[in-house]
Amino acid sequence: MPDEREFICVTCPVGCSILAKVEGQELIEIRGQACQRGEAFVREELTAPRRMLTTTVRVRGGKLPLVPVRSSAPVPQGLLFALARALRQVELSAPVGDHQPVMLNALDTGIDIVTSRAVEACEGYEEKPGAGT
Amino acid sequence: MRSLTCDVLVIGSGPAGLAAAYEAKKHGAEDVLLLERNDELGGILQQCIHTGFGVREFGEDLSGPEYAWRWIARARSADLRVLSETMVLGVDHSRRVVASSRALGLVEILPRALVLAMGCRERPRGALAIPGSRPAGVFTAGTAQRLVNIEGYMPGERYVILGSGDIGMIMARRLTLEGAQVVAVCEILPYISGLRRNLVQCIRDFDIPLHLCTTVTEVRGRDRVESVIVSRVDEQWRPIAGTRQEIPCDTLLLSVGLVPENELTRMAGATIDPATGGPVVDEGHGTDVPGIFAAGNVVHVYDLVDDVSAAARIAGRSAGRYVRQGAPEAGQRIRLRAGENVRAVVPQILGLAALEEGPVVLQFRARHPVEGPVRAELVMGEGAGARVLLSRRHRYVRPAEMVTMSLPPALAAELAAAGDSARDLAVRIIE
Repeated sequence: MPDEREFICVTCPVGCSILAKVEGQELIEIRGQACQRGEAFVREELTAPRRMLTTTVRVRGGKLPLVPVRSSAPVPQGLLFALARALRQVELSAPVGDHQPVMLNALDTGIDIVTSRAVEACEGYEEKPGAGT
Repeated sequence: MRSLTCDVLVIGSGPAGLAAAYEAKKHGAEDVLLLERNDELGGILQQCIHTGFGVREFGEDLSGPEYAWRWIARARSADLRVLSETMVLGVDHSRRVVASSRALGLVEILPRALVLAMGCRERPRGALAIPGSRPAGVFTAGTAQRLVNIEGYMPGERYVILGSGDIGMIMARRLTLEGAQVVAVCEILPYISGLRRNLVQCIRDFDIPLHLCTTVTEVRGRDRVESVIVSRVDEQWRPIAGTRQEIPCDTLLLSVGLVPENELTRMAGATIDPATGGPVVDEGHGTDVPGIFAAGNVVHVYDLVDDVSAAARIAGRSAGRYVRQGAPEAGQRIRLRAGENVRAVVPQILGLAALEEGPVVLQFRARHPVEGPVRAELVMGEGAGARVLLSRRHRYVRPAEMVTMSLPPALAAELAAAGDSARDLAVRIIE
């Protein structure tokens, strides 16, 4: 017996309500999506849901104490916590560039974590050996 | 006091100010000056580190800072003058602006046109009258967002969030990812007040309990929040006896709505629409004070930053044109009213001469949601005798999602022919 399940598409701000008939992980019938991305979204939700990850990492010697970072593409939903935890251990040194790689192939997802903006170095800040611990 | 002049002065460099300044420059204003209170441009976008911005404007899914920096780069390429760390203290109806600037001290600015782009503010605890004590640990969601995303502090460990606005839902996810516990999101309405995709990716994804028709009726704690009491409410938002429930927590976040920031607009003498909280504007987003325009969230609060940029472009274009040509030929002007199931309409004033030149987009919100086919209509007159001028189908309407309707230039002739009866135009949403 196919199940009737409701999905809210997160691909764009419209947030279509999509009704899908599914059997296990197989999509039998689908309605309610305003565009083709809706069907792709439901297929992915049934098998391996993905979400964009955004968080911050610490910056040493910067005008700001943190720099926002993002995944370059949506990552497997089940890895969000592990990735956020791993990124809490990272510290960058200012100056930090825009779109600077923070973690390449993060947790073997094939997806990179990159900065979302630049952070300038603080004037008068000098990196000393052994400092910043 | 130093005195400066410029063609167009823009107050605020958030998404609205950046787009308005850029567009004013492109449309004929040679000397555009952008004022910003903070030490960097971009406004609130810098703390909105999540993605979801820019799909319409750039065709990409950008984070808030990325969206801001794209616009800052545009502003730089357009050779705008920027004065940051400068706060405007006063404006009058002749567009004389007095500001306090780190670089210039007290400064007077006399622009030929002025664009107001101060954005909006969060509704604070004081506006809600929640009984109880006054301990530390009560924040607006946006303040918590700044602390977590920019300053690097966690304001608490165990959170209750009141209100299901987008910032509140986004903070629920953010705090959970940072290892905190969000034990409840309470919404007084029977539906969420933010976007539905945030319900999925911020609340359901993380199994955060969402309580609809529920509000916080008491805050407990002496020095720090120790718990909140939540109660279910009836249709009139009155707490229902016997439904009180105590939830231990150390922090209460408020995500209970945004209000356009119009202290300067009032000083300038512009008429405020009580329904939007922003100035009454015409189709060019001009206020009723000559040469003063309003861009983005100061007019009414938008759902999406891309729409803020688009609206601000209209204001910037009008300001550029005002500098070049002076006030446009007004022609017949029509007041637009909010009809059935419509909260407010922007623009409130429609000039027929402008409509002849090109389409005008009306923006409005439903008062209550309808989850089924509806029609948004532009009607002349009232009741059974109302004449429907335009009718557009929608699959649903929700208060959290702005509805738009594009008026075609051909409508101008029809409205002109209707003469005085065209003075009663309303927008309504019917099933």
